[in-house]
Amino acid sequence: MSNPSTSPAPTPGQTVGPFFGYALPFEGGPDLVPPHNPKAVRLHGYVFDGNGDPIPDAILEIWQADQDGRIPREPGSLHRDGHTFTGFGRSETDAAGHYQFSTVIPGPISSTGASSSSGGNDAGADSKAPFIAVAVFSRGLINKLHTRIYLPGHEELHVTDPFLTSLDEEDRATVTATRGGDGSIRHDIHLQGPQETVFLAFD
Amino acid sequence: MTTETTNLSDRGEGSQAEISDEIETLHAGYQQRRQQGEPPAQQPSLDFPPYRSSILRHPTKNPRHVDPETIELASPAFGHTDVSVLESNLTIVHNGEPLGERMVVSGRLLDGEGRPVRNQLIELWQANSAGRYIHKRDQHPAPIDPNFTGAGRCITDDDGGYSFLTIKPGAYPWKNHRNAWRPAHIHFSVFGTAFTQRIVTQMYFPGDPLFPLDPIYNSIVDPDARERLVAKFDHSLTSPEWALGYRWDIVLTGSKATWVEPEGDDE
Ligand SMILES: [Fe+2]
Repeated sequence: MSNPSTSPAPTPGQTVGPFFGYALPFEGGPDLVPPHNPKAVRLHGYVFDGNGDPIPDAILEIWQADQDGRIPREPGSLHRDGHTFTGFGRSETDAAGHYQFSTVIPGPISSTGASSSSGGNDAGADSKAPFIAVAVFSRGLINKLHTRIYLPGHEELHVTDPFLTSLDEEDRATVTATRGGDGSIRHDIHLQGPQETVFLAFD
Repeated sequence: MTTETTNLSDRGEGSQAEISDEIETLHAGYQQRRQQGEPPAQQPSLDFPPYRSSILRHPTKNPRHVDPETIELASPAFGHTDVSVLESNLTIVHNGEPLGERMVVSGRLLDGEGRPVRNQLIELWQANSAGRYIHKRDQHPAPIDPNFTGAGRCITDDDGGYSFLTIKPGAYPWKNHRNAWRPAHIHFSVFGTAFTQRIVTQMYFPGDPLFPLDPIYNSIVDPDARERLVAKFDHSLTSPEWALGYRWDIVLTGSKATWVEPEGDDE
């Protein structure tokens, strides 16, 4: 039994290894929104190592609010029903190191956690830009990494967001996705190297 | 028949003695820093060159310290719509019984304050009793067991408890260096109450002689932290004429802040 006066020490992480491919990916995992849905946007890119080589055995998870900034509380990611937005997706990289998701651009979350559209009066009170939270796993990566993907569509908040404005231009670019000519959203992750992604430690 | 298909960074040329020396040096450096007042390292080093494929796959910049935002303080929800109760039994997936030592692996999922994490998803995967994964990239010439896939899931109960029925996985060779062997382990993937607590790790078995040799296990430079990945044999979990039992609790990282669901929300 745990002693309430002392916090138990955390269980350390370990690499996901090379053999997760038959266990972690699931049908519909990358599709938070069905790709044929008119609201769906394609979020895709590559995961690179320190040599700039693509990583074919990484797996990414994303977790996000919906378009209205509402944080989903519904289960069902592992057996998607085609219309419930659960906010969670998982995509392994393919042989070319490429991942992709079908999702929506999250709306700003108000500081109370209520959606900005239904929350009403404090919708404009936040200066924070919405983002997609990301966890990165890979063979050779000894523990998970956290990062964020800031998105096109809420640029006015990119200039007021306290985190984004704390980064220099180069670092900011590593956490900001770009819109491609076909309307898709492109975002690469570099585990190491000159374009190394900004990863997060939570206080 | 076992052609090497893994990439060059895995085809280690070093000897176990070289790897063991490197591990020893890195551990001694940690102990020295501890004596100079560095706090215990609760997590593995991402930069741990004895694990060769980590060399190009670890960030070289320090992580950016941030306060988690609202979305990061929440977690995806999973439930019994996601996972069938049958998925926690890895021994009934095929028509016959898998080979190996049948065992229960059971424990509790706790947050950083020691509170149970209820209704959350735990996934696991493992090699069969001969040390072979069903995965197509596994080239180890040990037999595939037609009655064992080695992947399972469960949802934690009201006490944060989980329980799997499986068989004990075998140790297996890998190509980090010449004649490299992984201690027997089960891969675990776990969600918490906040996305910041997301963890993928490996559970080991007590007394494994391969522990001091393994660069992945030893990437956790703190000996007490390493110990936290080792399950305990627990006779109270065994069942007569049927299965051995191991207990392993999983403790998630603490975060001072917790997301509180807004009251009077629209549902
Ligand atoms: Fe493994």
